[in-house]
Amino acid sequence: MSALLSVSDAHVSYGKVEAVRSVSLQVAGNEIVTIIGANGAGKTTLLNAIMGVLPLKGATAFAGTDMAPLDIEDRVAAGLCLVPEHRELFGTMNVEDNLQLGAFRIPKATTAKSFERVYALFPRLKERRKQLAGTLSGGEQQMLAMGRALMGAPKLLMLDEPSLGLAPIIVADIFRTIGELRAAGVSVLLVEQNAQAALKIADRAYVMELGEFILSGSAKDIASNQRVAASYLGFQHEGASGI
Amino acid sequence: MNTTIMLFLLQDGITNGAIYALLGLALVLVFAVTRVILIPQGEFVTFGALSYAVLATGKVPGTAWLAMAMGLVAFALDLFDARRSLRLKRVLRSLALNIVLPAAILALTYGLAGPKTPIAVNIALSLLIVAAIGLFLYRIAFQPIAHTSVLVLLIASVGCHLALQGLGLVFFGAEGLRGPALSNAALTIGPLRFTGQSLAVYGLTIAFIIALWLFFGFTLMGKALRATAVNRLGARLVGIRTTLSGQIAFLLASVIGAISGILIVPITTLYYDTGFLIGLKGFIAAIIGGLVSYPLTAVAALIVGSVEAFSSFYASNFKEVIVFTLILPVLVLRSLAAPAVEEEKD
Repeated sequence: MSALLSVSDAHVSYGKVEAVRSVSLQVAGNEIVTIIGANGAGKTTLLNAIMGVLPLKGATAFAGTDMAPLDIEDRVAAGLCLVPEHRELFGTMNVEDNLQLGAFRIPKATTAKSFERVYALFPRLKERRKQLAGTLSGGEQQMLAMGRALMGAPKLLMLDEPSLGLAPIIVADIFRTIGELRAAGVSVLLVEQNAQAALKIADRAYVMELGEFILSGSAKDIASNQRVAASYLGFQHEGASGI
Repeated sequence: MNTTIMLFLLQDGITNGAIYALLGLALVLVFAVTRVILIPQGEFVTFGALSYAVLATGKVPGTAWLAMAMGLVAFALDLFDARRSLRLKRVLRSLALNIVLPAAILALTYGLAGPKTPIAVNIALSLLIVAAIGLFLYRIAFQPIAHTSVLVLLIASVGCHLALQGLGLVFFGAEGLRGPALSNAALTIGPLRFTGQSLAVYGLTIAFIIALWLFFGFTLMGKALRATAVNRLGARLVGIRTTLSGQIAFLLASVIGAISGILIVPITTLYYDTGFLIGLKGFIAAIIGGLVSYPLTAVAALIVGSVEAFSSFYASNFKEVIVFTLILPVLVLRSLAAPAVEEEKD
């Protein structure tokens, strides 16, 4: 397995507080990997550090190149893209402009194709394309944030809590789309509190607690792990493998 | 007061107001994109105006050398920043922008400057010089501290203003200068006489506002600038370099400042420090627009211009006092209307 993203021995600190300690992870091409863990475990911090928003101590490589000297914009150009927890949309601009800016680093000739692809994944965005991003519903904003990221034709999409605060029916929709992304050749690194849904869709999983990975393995194994089942999946009894 | 006087004053006010509108728009633009309150905007006005006036006498203005010197400093800063991963492409790009560009401008200025140079060429040269200064000013003074608070940026901005004003004294001396009019044509409608110059002011202001509207509404780069203003992190996450946005904002602001200066210098004598006062009036318009609204700023600028014209007629000694007092009720109203806001962390 040649890793698309490889992080080894990563540390991230806020001042003296170390929020992420000695974390190593790999994401291969065409793979969905999820990091599950409780609120405050350091998942968002880790994603932000991989993107370059926060300083990271340790080695990170993407598609074979060392990412340490690259800033956020260069990482985007290399094909790494983050959909952050707060979505960070351009609220006073319309849906179409938001999407167009997503393709800022992409040659103009391919933009039309990207628009088609995103509108096919999220038909709702096409209906709302002249509406201001700030006036969209939460679910539509999440679709727009993912759509904007996909406009940049990323090799690896990092999603931070895509289901946060959304109605269950929309969550199902978002997760279905994540599955479709893999079929389209995009790898996904998914951070979720909704562990059940995340493990269902992922190939591999890491479990994060207090800034460290305490478990890793195939999503199936993790889902059937007793400790995970008790802590994150809401099962109190043994034999909770039926996910 | 009769109607004729009133019309005259109004005409005068609108002519000045149009200039303030341009400056106010530039201030709003720079603040929105970089969070810098651009005090040196006034220096762009003087540098543009006086470079044009000096070029009209056939000499080379010192500002052309300033652009070259600032380019050298910017290049050194670029090299220092990139010292850990010195890539040839990056160095070459920096070399082209920071050394070749100002050197070319300097060479052009020496090659073209002369007593018989056409006005259009002199205008183009002044604009090029001031544009380069604006670009390098951002690189040298603001890019290294782009992530700091608005207050730090403001202090740096005041520092730049003082430094540039001092350099203005060196380049242009303490004597005021006037430049040749863009056109000597005149048009009479009823009691009002429109000089070619004032028509140029109206025309260029309107053209600039339309051009800015087209740029921000319809080009990818313009949208990227707006995106940076709306959400800096969001912009970085789609790969828009905030430094590039900042450079473009400063480039636009310096060109707008220089154009304003070139438009005024045939009407009034400008001194090395006049720009500050003119810029401040644009600033008042921008404040009335809350530093965010372009249309409000433009309207406010026309009001500032008119108030100035009328107060110089009725109480010329208190002209500036009355104009700057405009800001007080606006600030009081705004402070009452707006909830207390903590400074945003970047």
